Amino acid sequence: MIITISLILIGIAVFLSFLRLLIGPTVSDRLLAADTLTTITAASIVLVAFVLGRLIYMDVAIVYAVIGFVGVVTVARYLEGGI
Amino acid sequence: MEIAGQVLVLIGAIFLFLGSLGIIRMPDVFNRLQAGTKATTLGALSLIIGVGLMNTAFLWKAIVLVVFVVLTNPISSSTIARASYKMKVPMFKGTIKKMEESFLEEEEK
Repeated sequence: MIITISLILIGIAVFLSFLRLLIGPTVSDRLLAADTLTTITAASIVLVAFVLGRLIYMDVAIVYAVIGFVGVVTVARYLEGGI
Repeated sequence: MEIAGQVLVLIGAIFLFLGSLGIIRMPDVFNRLQAGTKATTLGALSLIIGVGLMNTAFLWKAIVLVVFVVLTNPISSSTIARASYKMKVPMFKGTIKKMEESFLEEEEK
């Protein structure tokens, strides 16, 4: 029951963040929405791994968090003019 | 153990929802950063620890993931704030500009 409520809340959260990713006025808004989506997706992959009972999905969540962090930092440094 | 894990999962999901609600609601990039990064970090921490408490086989990888998220999420938030400040993204009209002037003076030295 609680898992179902949590999955519904996470679904609404993904929808709202994706809305900001679509309508964001500046580039920084879209980048911020992508960063938030990365964290929400890593958390929801962990929840799906618990629901399905597969331990291997935790590795997927760890690798997804690493790649999302590197991508966000790279795009931010590019916007700043550092690269 | 089971009940504590379920409560932590519910708290984490609520904080993830509130963080993305703040992303929609706030008027400015910097305000959205406050809502979208801190609340989401706490939500992910609580949710992953809750899953690790509910099924003990998940606990070690959950701890690794939590340490990684807590260490790297402020870094990406700070980088986004620095980039959008240097790009001169327009601020909310009620912003107090005192800190900004001192930061500009330090940049010029």
